Amino acid sequence: MKTLVLVEHDNTDMKDATLAVVTAASQLGEVHALVIGSSCGSVAEQAAKVAGVATVHVADDAALANQLAENAAPLIASLMETHDAFLAPATTTGKNIAPRVAALLDVMQISDILSVESEDTFTRPIYAGNAIATVKSSDAKKVITVRGTAFDKAAAEGGSGTIEAVGGASDAGLSSFVSEEIAKSERPELTSAKIIVSGGRALGSGEKFEEVITPLADKLGAGIGASRAAVDAGYVPNDYQVGQTGKIVAPEVYIAIGISGAIQHLAGMKDSKIIVAINKDEDAPIFQVADIGLVADLFDAVPELTSKV
Amino acid sequence: MKILVPVKRVIDYNVKPRVKSDGSGVDLANVKMSMNPFDEISVEEAIRLKEAGKAEEIVAVSVGPQKAQETLRTALAMGADRAILVVTDEEVEPLGVAKILAKIVEEEAPQLVITGKQAIDDDSNQTGQMLAALLGWGQGTFANTVELDSDSITVKREIDGGLQTVKLNLPAVVTTDLRLNEPRYASLPNIMKAKKKPMDEKTPADYGVDISPRLTTITVSEPPVRQAGEKVEDVDALVAKLKAVGAI
Repeated sequence: MKTLVLVEHDNTDMKDATLAVVTAASQLGEVHALVIGSSCGSVAEQAAKVAGVATVHVADDAALANQLAENAAPLIASLMETHDAFLAPATTTGKNIAPRVAALLDVMQISDILSVESEDTFTRPIYAGNAIATVKSSDAKKVITVRGTAFDKAAAEGGSGTIEAVGGASDAGLSSFVSEEIAKSERPELTSAKIIVSGGRALGSGEKFEEVITPLADKLGAGIGASRAAVDAGYVPNDYQVGQTGKIVAPEVYIAIGISGAIQHLAGMKDSKIIVAINKDEDAPIFQVADIGLVADLFDAVPELTSKV
Repeated sequence: MKILVPVKRVIDYNVKPRVKSDGSGVDLANVKMSMNPFDEISVEEAIRLKEAGKAEEIVAVSVGPQKAQETLRTALAMGADRAILVVTDEEVEPLGVAKILAKIVEEEAPQLVITGKQAIDDDSNQTGQMLAALLGWGQGTFANTVELDSDSITVKREIDGGLQTVKLNLPAVVTTDLRLNEPRYASLPNIMKAKKKPMDEKTPADYGVDISPRLTTITVSEPPVRQAGEKVEDVDALVAKLKAVGAI
């Protein structure tokens, strides 16, 4: 089986999310990577070094600069004439593009897979991760998005893939990029952070969130996450949200502070290796999944914790 | 302008789903069902566009069992003008739903389709994108803010790392993210009025599209259960515990 892996990148650097997809793809067969973008040569070189990647197809065109799905999907669909499976990371880029590719190929996408059981059988979470479905696809071509936290990352070095240019990109004339506001942060990215400190509504305000959560995260070198309630209340930007509809994370340590533990939040973090909960409500559902729980007022406990780690 | 709003009847988001012991699926008997939360946001956005004088008619559509008419009545009570129910007892995959919706779009000729970004039962996040592909329209997924003009729509999208703004020619498909708006509650008088609003009933066969499933669910199982943890007395004990397990 010949697979095509969509490389997640920002035209300069390849993102880690790609590496887990390469692992999933290698369980299906020969791995080819696809870089779409504009002036993205450095990304292609990084992708060629990933262990297990045989060929890197590079579609470098101004029309692909922002990876708009309308321009990317027809190109990917045409490449699928010579590939058997298309795998994309279940990031916002992958989720935006892959279903459009699937519909152009007239196949059903298999979303957010957790494992590859065989060439046509996969497991995936449904109902906010409260059930795991094993599904078998009857489509000749497979279109798949991959949950990054469910697969080990392929080695970023050691590969020697060949780089091939792909032509034929064009502007579909349906959409255009206007602007982007990317939050600049020195912190580890949430989906690849080893430790995540996450805050909820109990913080009370953006200032308190900053005052209580940030120093602990700084001390631990951790990423910062949040519950939907904290995002909705405006304490932090929406891309901090961990949960069914936000980011899915599985760090070594997840510290949930002032988070009750609603089903939708647990869907995004319950595969963390160690879950720590600090909450003053001893009946909060978060304690049912926490390995270590502390029933305490977070405004006392967290600064004390920060000073002692 | 006409707006088409697809809505799905799903298990209520507050209910903890139970996997059937024979592994055939999730037990939906006697479980509270509601409109998919993202679809409420779609309906709300369509109504706001109408209230702003930018749309004339809102058509709500659902593909599902007869009981999905309750979901459509909710959309009508919120402010949709009429509804189309495509009745089927089979589970229709996103590709099949997108194909049916594409046919309805051909008939109804809306300028805008607003769908939720994902349904909270199958968590697929596909239908809107697939519909846009089938129609050859632009797609504004995970919308945080929309601005509708006469021949284009500007969509601020929630992406990993921040927000991205794209401009789409009309007609177009938009999928809603949580923060697009706060859906309204239907008032009692509006619920009564909604009972008189028109609802067409169709079947997938009326649209002549092949919706036979491409994926077979072999089994549905419980996710692995986490080992029960322990509570510690104070911060010192917490720090000691974290050190003991090598977390810090």
